[in-house]
Amino acid sequence: MSSPEGDAPSRPDEPLDLVRLCLDEIVFVKLRGDRQLSGRLHAYDSHCNLVLGDVTETIFVVDEEDDDDEVKAITRSHSEMLFVRGDSVVLISPKPQG
Amino acid sequence: MENGDNEARDPSGFLTAIIGAPVTVKLNSGVVYKGELQSVDGYMNIALEQTKEYVDGRLHHTFGDAFIRGNNVMYISADS
Repeated sequence: MSSPEGDAPSRPDEPLDLVRLCLDEIVFVKLRGDRQLSGRLHAYDSHCNLVLGDVTETIFVVDEEDDDDEVKAITRSHSEMLFVRGDSVVLISPKPQG
Repeated sequence: MENGDNEARDPSGFLTAIIGAPVTVKLNSGVVYKGELQSVDGYMNIALEQTKEYVDGRLHHTFGDAFIRGNNVMYISADS
């Protein structure tokens, strides 16, 4: 480190640092509308717009008429590259490597 | 209003005061996350460690680390 102050006091830990640490790693992303994504994080910004590669999207279909919120169907689809608009993002988590 | 000795008059002061503590975060969808609060920013984006996700009160998922986008947050509570 070249900084004479030691740890930079101007930029403390912030939540998006966690996302920065996930760059080029496989991440799990939870979206609004019972959808989730799993893929390699290529880019992100402060809106949580994401660019993911080799993505699997999983959609959980819940039967609204049923009184128990049981998942009726699971749909999976695959994309080579995906741009996700930040406003649908709920949660981002690094995926443990198998 | 005099703040006196009380430093927790500013809501964001409360959030910085509970960093490192176990917290409960409830989202507008009703999903609850429990974990150790790593950091919060001005958008109420949250980073949690050792996160447990509860859907309808049932443990649904666990995450080592989790970033939660602030717009989804209903409340943050410090567990006692």
